Amino acid sequence: MITKRIIPCLDVKDGRVVKGVNFEGIQDVADPVEMAEFYNASGADELVFYDITASAEGRRIFTDILTRTARRVFIPLTVGGGIGSLEDFDRVLKCGADKVSVNSGAIRRPELIDEAARRYGNQCVVLSMDVKRVNGSFHIFQNGGRIDTGMDAVEWAADGVRRGAGELVVNSIDTDGVKQGFDIEMLLAIAARVDVPIIASGGAGKMEDFLELFSHPQIDAGLAASIFHRQEVRIADLKRYLRANGIEMRMQEPAGAQ
Amino acid sequence: MITIIDYGVGNLFSLSCSLDYLGLENQISKKAEDLRRADRIILPGVGAYADAIRKLWESGLAEPLLEEARNGKPVMGICLGMQLLFEKSYEYGEHEGLGLIPGVMSPLKGRIREDLKVPHMGWNSLRLTPEGKRHPLMKYTREGDYVYFVHSYYGTDCEESLLATSEYGVPVTAAAACRNVMGTQFHPEKSGETGLRILKAFSEIEGR
Repeated sequence: MITKRIIPCLDVKDGRVVKGVNFEGIQDVADPVEMAEFYNASGADELVFYDITASAEGRRIFTDILTRTARRVFIPLTVGGGIGSLEDFDRVLKCGADKVSVNSGAIRRPELIDEAARRYGNQCVVLSMDVKRVNGSFHIFQNGGRIDTGMDAVEWAADGVRRGAGELVVNSIDTDGVKQGFDIEMLLAIAARVDVPIIASGGAGKMEDFLELFSHPQIDAGLAASIFHRQEVRIADLKRYLRANGIEMRMQEPAGAQ
Repeated sequence: MITIIDYGVGNLFSLSCSLDYLGLENQISKKAEDLRRADRIILPGVGAYADAIRKLWESGLAEPLLEEARNGKPVMGICLGMQLLFEKSYEYGEHEGLGLIPGVMSPLKGRIREDLKVPHMGWNSLRLTPEGKRHPLMKYTREGDYVYFVHSYYGTDCEESLLATSEYGVPVTAAAACRNVMGTQFHPEKSGETGLRILKAFSEIEGR
Protein backbone atom coordinates (compact mmCIF):
# COMPACT_ATOMS: atom_id res chain seq x y z
CA MET A 1 0.00 0.00 0.00
CA ILE A 2 1.15 3.50 -0.76
CA THR A 3 1.85 5.52 2.38
CA LYS A 4 0.97 9.02 3.45
CA ARG A 5 4.10 11.13 3.69
CA ILE A 6 5.48 13.26 6.54
CA ILE A 7 7.67 16.08 5.28
CA PRO A 8 9.70 18.48 7.40
CA CYS A 9 10.40 21.77 5.73
CA LEU A 10 13.69 23.62 6.22
CA ASP A 11 13.74 27.33 5.45
CA VAL A 12 17.38 28.18 4.93
CA LYS A 13 18.85 31.64 5.23
CA ASP A 14 22.59 32.33 5.19
CA GLY A 15 23.32 28.69 5.83
CA ARG A 16 21.00 28.28 8.80
CA VAL A 17 17.50 26.83 9.21
CA VAL A 18 14.99 29.48 10.19
CA LYS A 19 11.24 29.45 10.50
CA GLY A 20 8.90 32.38 10.76
CA VAL A 21 5.68 32.19 12.68
CA ASN A 22 2.99 33.64 10.43
CA PHE A 23 5.94 34.60 8.22
CA GLU A 24 7.28 37.10 10.73
CA GLY A 25 9.71 37.00 13.65
CA ILE A 26 12.23 34.65 12.11
CA GLN A 27 14.16 32.52 14.58
CA ASP A 28 17.41 30.68 13.98
CA VAL A 29 17.18 26.96 14.60
CA ALA A 30 20.10 24.84 13.43
CA ASP A 31 22.48 23.55 10.83
CA PRO A 32 20.53 22.36 7.76
CA VAL A 33 22.69 19.34 6.90
CA GLU A 34 22.62 18.10 10.47
CA MET A 35 18.89 18.62 10.64
CA ALA A 36 18.37 16.79 7.35
CA GLU A 37 20.32 13.81 8.66
CA PHE A 38 18.40 13.90 11.92
CA TYR A 39 15.06 13.94 10.11
CA ASN A 40 16.15 11.18 7.77
CA ALA A 41 17.07 9.03 10.76
CA SER A 42 13.73 9.89 12.40
CA GLY A 43 11.81 8.54 9.42
CA ALA A 44 10.97 11.68 7.42
CA ASP A 45 9.68 10.56 4.02
CA GLU A 46 11.01 13.52 2.12
CA LEU A 47 12.65 16.87 2.80
CA VAL A 48 11.80 20.30 1.51
CA PHE A 49 14.44 23.02 1.47
CA TYR A 50 13.40 26.61 0.88
CA ASP A 51 16.11 29.08 0.04
CA ILE A 52 15.01 32.36 1.56
CA THR A 53 18.24 34.26 0.99
CA ALA A 54 18.34 37.07 -1.47
CA SER A 55 22.10 37.54 -1.93
CA ALA A 56 24.36 35.75 -4.39
CA GLU A 57 26.55 34.66 -1.49
CA GLY A 58 23.54 33.22 0.33
CA ARG A 59 22.60 31.33 -2.83
CA ARG A 60 26.08 29.82 -3.10
CA ILE A 61 25.93 28.70 0.53
CA PHE A 62 22.50 27.20 -0.12
CA THR A 63 23.57 25.08 -3.09
CA ASP A 64 26.56 23.92 -1.09
CA ILE A 65 24.24 22.80 1.73
CA LEU A 66 22.08 21.01 -0.81
CA THR A 67 25.04 19.11 -2.21
CA ARG A 68 26.29 18.12 1.21
CA THR A 69 22.80 16.89 2.11
CA ALA A 70 22.45 14.88 -1.12
CA ARG A 71 25.70 13.10 -0.27
CA ARG A 72 24.34 11.87 3.07
CA VAL A 73 20.57 11.64 2.84
CA PHE A 74 18.89 9.29 0.36
CA ILE A 75 15.26 10.31 0.37
CA PRO A 76 13.57 12.71 -2.06
CA LEU A 77 14.68 16.33 -1.76
CA THR A 78 12.47 19.16 -2.95
CA VAL A 79 13.99 22.58 -3.33
CA GLY A 80 12.25 25.92 -3.62
CA GLY A 81 12.76 29.62 -3.13
CA GLY A 82 13.75 32.06 -5.80
CA ILE A 83 13.09 29.70 -8.72
CA GLY A 84 12.25 31.87 -11.68
CA SER A 85 13.88 30.29 -14.70
CA LEU A 86 15.01 27.00 -16.21
CA GLU A 87 18.56 28.00 -15.20
CA ASP A 88 17.40 28.00 -11.58
CA PHE A 89 15.96 24.50 -12.08
CA ASP A 90 19.22 23.40 -13.56
CA ARG A 91 21.30 24.84 -10.75
CA VAL A 92 19.46 23.03 -7.94
CA LEU A 93 18.91 19.77 -9.85
CA LYS A 94 22.66 19.52 -10.45
CA CYS A 95 23.25 19.96 -6.73
CA GLY A 96 21.05 17.09 -5.66
CA ALA A 97 17.42 18.25 -5.77
CA ASP A 98 14.91 15.71 -7.09
CA LYS A 99 11.98 18.08 -7.36
CA VAL A 100 11.86 21.82 -7.72
CA SER A 101 9.13 23.92 -6.24
CA VAL A 102 7.99 27.10 -7.96
CA ASN A 103 5.85 29.80 -6.40
CA SER A 104 6.26 33.49 -7.25
CA GLY A 105 8.27 32.63 -10.35
CA ALA A 106 5.28 30.77 -11.76
CA ILE A 107 2.88 33.55 -10.79
CA ARG A 108 5.02 36.03 -12.69
CA ARG A 109 5.39 33.72 -15.68
CA PRO A 110 3.12 30.63 -15.68
CA GLU A 111 4.86 29.25 -18.80
CA LEU A 112 7.78 28.38 -16.51
CA ILE A 113 5.71 25.36 -15.39
CA ASP A 114 5.17 24.20 -19.00
CA GLU A 115 8.81 24.64 -19.91
CA ALA A 116 10.16 22.92 -16.82
CA ALA A 117 7.71 20.02 -17.14
CA ARG A 118 8.75 19.54 -20.77
CA ARG A 119 12.43 19.57 -19.95
CA TYR A 120 12.51 17.69 -16.64
CA GLY A 121 9.18 15.84 -16.55
CA ASN A 122 6.05 16.59 -14.53
CA GLN A 123 7.34 14.60 -11.55
CA CYS A 124 10.05 17.20 -11.11
CA VAL A 125 7.82 20.28 -11.01
CA VAL A 126 6.09 21.13 -7.75
CA LEU A 127 3.74 24.09 -7.65
CA SER A 128 3.79 25.70 -4.24
CA MET A 129 1.10 28.18 -3.32
CA ASP A 130 0.31 30.45 -0.38
CA VAL A 131 -3.44 30.71 0.06
CA LYS A 132 -5.57 33.03 2.17
CA ARG A 133 -9.29 33.65 2.45
CA VAL A 134 -10.50 36.95 1.01
CA ASN A 135 -14.23 37.74 1.07
CA GLY A 136 -15.24 34.11 1.11
CA SER A 137 -12.92 32.85 -1.63
CA PHE A 138 -9.35 31.59 -1.65
CA HIS A 139 -6.71 33.93 -3.04
CA ILE A 140 -3.09 33.36 -3.99
CA PHE A 141 -0.70 35.55 -2.00
CA GLN A 142 2.87 36.49 -2.80
CA ASN A 143 5.97 37.74 -1.03
CA GLY A 144 5.64 35.71 2.13
CA GLY A 145 1.93 36.37 2.30
CA ARG A 146 2.04 40.15 2.08
CA ILE A 147 0.64 40.73 -1.41
CA ASP A 148 -2.79 39.59 -2.59
CA THR A 149 -2.45 38.68 -6.27
CA GLY A 150 -6.23 38.50 -6.59
CA MET A 151 -5.85 35.12 -8.29
CA ASP A 152 -8.31 32.40 -7.34
CA ALA A 153 -6.37 29.58 -5.66
CA VAL A 154 -8.53 26.73 -6.97
CA GLU A 155 -8.26 28.00 -10.55
CA TRP A 156 -4.52 28.55 -10.20
CA ALA A 157 -4.03 25.01 -8.89
CA ALA A 158 -6.00 23.58 -11.82
CA ASP A 159 -4.08 25.75 -14.29
CA GLY A 160 -0.74 24.73 -12.79
CA VAL A 161 -1.57 21.04 -13.07
CA ARG A 162 -2.80 21.51 -16.64
CA ARG A 163 0.54 23.12 -17.43
CA GLY A 164 2.44 20.17 -16.00
CA ALA A 165 2.91 20.54 -12.26
CA GLY A 166 3.24 17.01 -10.89
CA GLU A 167 2.53 17.85 -7.28
CA LEU A 168 1.13 20.72 -5.22
CA VAL A 169 2.31 22.17 -1.93
CA VAL A 170 -0.68 24.05 -0.59
CA ASN A 171 0.07 26.35 2.31
CA SER A 172 -2.68 28.10 4.21
CA ILE A 173 -1.71 31.54 5.47
CA ASP A 174 -4.84 31.58 7.62
CA THR A 175 -3.76 28.55 9.63
CA ASP A 176 0.04 28.85 9.34
CA GLY A 177 1.67 29.20 12.74
CA VAL A 178 -1.69 29.01 14.53
CA LYS A 179 -1.23 25.30 15.38
CA GLN A 180 -4.94 24.54 15.42
CA GLY A 181 -4.88 22.10 12.53
CA PHE A 182 -4.58 22.11 8.76
CA ASP A 183 -6.96 24.15 6.60
CA ILE A 184 -9.02 21.14 5.56
CA GLU A 185 -11.77 23.16 3.90
CA MET A 186 -9.35 24.94 1.60
CA LEU A 187 -7.30 21.81 0.88
CA LEU A 188 -10.37 19.83 -0.14
CA ALA A 189 -11.58 22.65 -2.39
CA ILE A 190 -8.30 22.39 -4.29
CA ALA A 191 -8.11 18.59 -4.17
CA ALA A 192 -11.52 18.41 -5.83
CA ARG A 193 -10.09 20.07 -8.93
CA VAL A 194 -6.75 18.32 -9.44
CA ASP A 195 -5.53 14.74 -9.69
CA VAL A 196 -1.91 15.15 -8.61
CA PRO A 197 -0.57 14.53 -5.09
CA ILE A 198 -1.30 17.28 -2.58
CA ILE A 199 1.08 18.20 0.20
CA ALA A 200 -0.75 20.09 2.92
CA SER A 201 1.07 22.83 4.78
CA GLY A 202 0.25 25.29 7.52
CA GLY A 203 -1.46 24.74 10.82
CA ALA A 204 -0.14 21.51 12.29
CA GLY A 205 0.29 21.81 16.04
CA LYS A 206 -0.12 18.26 17.31
CA MET A 207 -0.24 14.66 16.14
CA GLU A 208 -4.05 14.64 15.99
CA ASP A 209 -3.93 17.34 13.31
CA PHE A 210 -2.15 14.92 10.98
CA LEU A 211 -4.64 12.17 11.75
CA GLU A 212 -7.48 14.50 10.84
CA LEU A 213 -5.65 15.54 7.66
CA PHE A 214 -5.10 11.96 6.53
CA SER A 215 -8.67 10.96 7.22
CA HIS A 216 -9.19 12.64 3.84
CA PRO A 217 -7.90 10.25 1.19
CA GLN A 218 -7.37 13.12 -1.28
CA ILE A 219 -4.44 14.44 0.77
CA ASP A 220 -1.12 12.67 0.27
CA ALA A 221 1.33 14.36 2.59
CA GLY A 222 1.64 16.70 5.54
CA LEU A 223 4.37 19.31 5.74
CA ALA A 224 5.46 21.23 8.81
CA ALA A 225 8.48 23.10 10.07
CA SER A 226 8.62 24.62 13.53
CA ILE A 227 6.76 21.87 15.38
CA PHE A 228 9.37 19.42 14.10
CA HIS A 229 12.32 21.79 14.57
CA ARG A 230 11.32 22.49 18.18
CA GLN A 231 10.46 18.82 18.69
CA GLU A 232 6.96 19.65 19.86
CA VAL A 233 6.07 16.74 17.60
CA ARG A 234 8.68 14.05 16.93
CA ILE A 235 8.44 12.42 13.53
CA ALA A 236 9.13 8.91 14.80
CA ASP A 237 6.36 9.26 17.43
CA LEU A 238 4.02 10.86 14.90
CA LYS A 239 4.42 8.02 12.43
CA ARG A 240 3.91 5.38 15.11
CA TYR A 241 0.80 7.21 16.27
CA LEU A 242 -0.64 7.51 12.77
CA ARG A 243 0.11 3.90 11.99
CA ALA A 244 -1.56 2.77 15.21
CA ASN A 245 -4.58 4.76 14.05
CA GLY A 246 -4.81 2.96 10.73
CA ILE A 247 -2.87 5.37 8.50
CA GLU A 248 -0.40 3.68 6.14
CA MET A 249 3.07 4.90 7.09
CA ARG A 250 6.59 3.93 6.09
CA MET A 251 8.24 2.63 9.22
CA GLN A 252 11.97 2.06 9.60
CA GLU A 253 11.28 -1.63 10.27
CA PRO A 254 9.38 -3.69 7.70
CA ALA A 255 5.65 -3.97 8.25
CA GLY A 256 5.80 -7.75 8.55
CA ALA A 257 8.23 -7.63 11.48
CA GLN A 258 5.99 -5.58 13.75
CA MET B 1 33.83 -0.16 -11.16
CA ILE B 2 30.16 0.61 -11.77
CA THR B 3 29.47 2.71 -14.85
CA ILE B 4 26.34 4.86 -14.77
CA ILE B 5 25.26 5.46 -18.35
CA ASP B 6 24.88 9.14 -19.16
CA TYR B 7 22.73 9.46 -22.25
CA GLY B 8 21.27 12.85 -21.43
CA VAL B 9 18.24 11.62 -19.50
CA GLY B 10 17.67 12.45 -15.86
CA ASN B 11 19.65 13.43 -12.87
CA LEU B 12 22.56 11.14 -12.10
CA PHE B 13 24.01 13.08 -9.21
CA SER B 14 22.02 11.37 -6.43
CA LEU B 15 22.69 7.93 -7.84
CA SER B 16 26.41 8.58 -7.93
CA CYS B 17 26.24 10.01 -4.39
CA SER B 18 24.51 6.88 -3.12
CA LEU B 19 27.22 4.64 -4.60
CA ASP B 20 29.92 6.93 -3.14
CA TYR B 21 28.20 6.69 0.23
CA LEU B 22 28.43 2.89 0.01
CA GLY B 23 32.11 3.20 -0.86
CA LEU B 24 31.54 1.77 -4.34
CA GLU B 25 33.77 2.98 -7.14
CA ASN B 26 31.59 4.49 -9.85
CA GLN B 27 31.66 6.82 -12.81
CA ILE B 28 29.09 8.67 -14.84
CA SER B 29 30.03 8.20 -18.46
CA LYS B 30 28.87 8.61 -22.03
CA LYS B 31 31.74 6.58 -23.49
CA ALA B 32 31.27 3.08 -24.93
CA GLU B 33 34.69 2.01 -23.64
CA ASP B 34 33.61 2.79 -20.06
CA LEU B 35 30.70 0.37 -20.49
CA ARG B 36 33.10 -2.28 -21.76
CA ARG B 37 35.60 -1.69 -18.95
CA ALA B 38 32.98 -1.61 -16.18
CA ASP B 39 32.31 -4.57 -13.88
CA ARG B 40 28.69 -3.54 -13.67
CA ILE B 41 26.44 -1.11 -15.53
CA ILE B 42 23.53 0.99 -14.32
CA LEU B 43 21.02 2.39 -16.81
CA PRO B 44 19.17 5.27 -15.12
CA GLY B 45 16.45 7.46 -16.57
CA VAL B 46 13.41 9.62 -15.96
CA GLY B 47 10.99 11.24 -18.36
CA ALA B 48 9.32 10.06 -21.54
CA TYR B 49 9.97 6.58 -22.98
CA ALA B 50 10.14 7.55 -26.66
CA ASP B 51 12.57 10.35 -25.96
CA ALA B 52 14.78 8.19 -23.73
CA ILE B 53 15.08 5.18 -26.04
CA ARG B 54 15.85 7.50 -28.95
CA LYS B 55 18.55 9.27 -26.97
CA LEU B 56 20.03 5.96 -25.87
CA TRP B 57 20.37 4.81 -29.49
CA GLU B 58 21.62 8.20 -30.66
CA SER B 59 24.24 8.27 -27.94
CA GLY B 60 25.79 5.15 -29.46
CA LEU B 61 25.60 3.46 -26.06
CA ALA B 62 22.74 1.06 -26.79
CA GLU B 63 24.95 -1.31 -28.84
CA PRO B 64 27.75 -1.66 -26.26
CA LEU B 65 25.12 -2.00 -23.52
CA LEU B 66 23.38 -4.84 -25.39
CA GLU B 67 26.70 -6.47 -26.11
CA GLU B 68 27.90 -6.31 -22.49
CA ALA B 69 24.52 -7.55 -21.25
CA ARG B 70 24.64 -10.52 -23.63
CA ASN B 71 28.18 -11.26 -22.50
CA GLY B 72 26.88 -11.70 -18.99
CA LYS B 73 27.85 -8.43 -17.32
CA PRO B 74 25.46 -7.42 -14.51
CA VAL B 75 23.19 -4.63 -15.74
CA MET B 76 20.64 -2.79 -13.63
CA GLY B 77 18.00 -0.40 -14.92
CA ILE B 78 16.40 2.12 -12.61
CA CYS B 79 12.92 3.60 -13.12
CA LEU B 80 12.67 4.51 -16.81
CA GLY B 81 16.02 2.76 -17.23
CA MET B 82 14.36 -0.50 -16.19
CA GLN B 83 11.49 0.15 -18.57
CA LEU B 84 13.93 0.48 -21.46
CA LEU B 85 15.25 -3.01 -20.70
CA PHE B 86 11.78 -4.46 -21.39
CA GLU B 87 10.57 -5.45 -24.86
CA LYS B 88 8.32 -2.51 -25.50
CA SER B 89 6.22 0.26 -24.04
CA TYR B 90 2.75 1.55 -24.83
CA GLU B 91 3.54 5.05 -23.55
CA TYR B 92 2.02 7.39 -26.15
CA GLY B 93 2.12 4.88 -28.98
CA GLU B 94 4.21 1.75 -29.17
CA HIS B 95 7.96 1.84 -28.72
CA GLU B 96 10.55 -0.86 -29.02
CA GLY B 97 12.71 -1.37 -25.92
CA LEU B 98 16.01 -3.23 -25.59
CA GLY B 99 14.28 -6.57 -25.03
CA LEU B 100 16.64 -7.81 -22.33
CA ILE B 101 13.79 -8.54 -19.91
CA PRO B 102 10.62 -10.20 -21.26
CA GLY B 103 7.54 -8.04 -20.74
CA VAL B 104 5.93 -4.80 -21.82
CA MET B 105 5.20 -1.45 -20.17
CA SER B 106 1.49 -0.67 -19.83
CA PRO B 107 -0.31 2.39 -18.45
CA LEU B 108 -1.55 2.38 -14.86
CA LYS B 109 -4.44 4.57 -15.97
CA GLY B 110 -7.42 2.46 -16.87
CA ARG B 111 -6.04 -0.55 -15.01
CA ILE B 112 -6.38 0.82 -11.49
CA ARG B 113 -9.24 2.37 -9.50
CA GLU B 114 -10.31 5.84 -10.61
CA ASP B 115 -9.57 7.38 -7.21
CA LEU B 116 -5.91 6.33 -7.26
CA LYS B 117 -3.71 9.09 -8.59
CA VAL B 118 -1.37 8.64 -11.54
CA PRO B 119 1.63 8.85 -11.40
CA HIS B 120 2.06 6.31 -8.65
CA MET B 121 4.21 8.57 -6.53
CA GLY B 122 5.55 8.01 -3.05
CA TRP B 123 6.57 5.20 -0.73
CA ASN B 124 5.14 1.75 -1.17
CA SER B 125 5.95 -1.61 0.41
CA LEU B 126 7.53 -4.53 -1.41
CA ARG B 127 6.14 -8.01 -1.70
CA LEU B 128 8.80 -10.45 -2.82
CA THR B 129 7.98 -13.24 -5.26
CA PRO B 130 9.44 -16.71 -4.61
CA GLU B 131 12.02 -15.87 -7.27
CA GLY B 132 12.68 -12.50 -5.58
CA LYS B 133 13.32 -14.19 -2.24
CA ARG B 134 16.12 -16.18 -3.86
CA HIS B 135 17.52 -13.46 -6.12
CA PRO B 136 20.86 -11.89 -5.15
CA LEU B 137 19.56 -8.37 -5.90
CA MET B 138 17.04 -8.73 -3.08
CA LYS B 139 19.28 -10.56 -0.65
CA TYR B 140 19.26 -7.70 1.88
CA THR B 141 15.61 -6.78 1.26
CA ARG B 142 12.86 -7.90 3.57
CA GLU B 143 9.21 -8.43 2.81
CA GLY B 144 7.37 -5.16 3.54
CA ASP B 145 10.37 -2.84 3.11
CA TYR B 146 9.38 0.53 1.67
CA VAL B 147 10.76 2.06 -1.50
CA TYR B 148 10.12 5.29 -3.41
CA PHE B 149 8.24 5.27 -6.73
CA VAL B 150 7.41 7.85 -9.38
CA HIS B 151 5.91 6.37 -12.55
CA SER B 152 2.81 6.15 -14.73
CA TYR B 153 3.58 2.94 -16.66
CA TYR B 154 4.42 -0.46 -15.23
CA GLY B 155 5.74 -3.81 -16.36
CA THR B 156 3.17 -6.40 -17.44
CA ASP B 157 3.42 -9.85 -19.03
CA CYS B 158 6.62 -10.38 -17.09
CA GLU B 159 5.53 -13.02 -14.54
CA GLU B 160 8.62 -15.13 -15.06
CA SER B 161 11.05 -12.30 -14.37
CA LEU B 162 9.20 -10.71 -11.43
CA LEU B 163 11.21 -10.26 -8.23
CA ALA B 164 8.90 -7.95 -6.31
CA THR B 165 5.61 -6.12 -6.59
CA SER B 166 3.90 -3.25 -4.78
CA GLU B 167 0.17 -2.92 -4.37
CA TYR B 168 -1.38 0.09 -6.10
CA GLY B 169 -4.79 -1.05 -7.26
CA VAL B 170 -2.93 -3.81 -9.08
CA PRO B 171 0.30 -5.58 -8.16
CA VAL B 172 2.79 -3.17 -9.73
CA THR B 173 6.07 -4.59 -11.01
CA ALA B 174 8.64 -3.21 -8.59
CA ALA B 175 11.69 -5.29 -9.53
CA ALA B 176 12.37 -7.75 -12.32
CA ALA B 177 15.33 -9.74 -13.62
CA CYS B 178 16.29 -11.96 -16.48
CA ARG B 179 19.65 -13.71 -16.00
CA ASN B 180 22.29 -10.99 -15.48
CA VAL B 181 19.93 -8.13 -16.37
CA MET B 182 17.72 -6.63 -13.66
CA GLY B 183 15.84 -3.51 -12.83
CA THR B 184 13.80 -1.65 -10.28
CA GLN B 185 10.83 0.55 -11.07
CA PHE B 186 11.45 2.44 -7.83
CA HIS B 187 14.45 4.65 -7.13
CA PRO B 188 16.86 2.78 -4.83
CA GLU B 189 18.99 5.92 -4.56
CA LYS B 190 15.95 7.68 -3.01
CA SER B 191 14.64 4.79 -0.94
CA GLY B 192 16.64 5.32 2.23
CA GLU B 193 18.38 2.33 3.84
CA THR B 194 16.32 -0.17 1.86
CA GLY B 195 17.46 1.35 -1.40
CA LEU B 196 21.10 1.48 -0.34
CA ARG B 197 20.94 -2.21 0.54
CA ILE B 198 19.64 -3.02 -2.94
CA LEU B 199 22.47 -1.06 -4.57
CA LYS B 200 24.95 -2.85 -2.31
CA ALA B 201 23.45 -6.20 -3.34
CA PHE B 202 23.81 -5.26 -7.01
CA SER B 203 27.47 -4.39 -6.45
CA GLU B 204 28.04 -7.92 -5.14
CA ILE B 205 26.49 -9.71 -8.13
CA GLU B 206 29.15 -11.36 -10.28
CA GLY B 207 28.95 -11.55 -14.05
CA ARG B 208 28.67 -14.80 -15.93
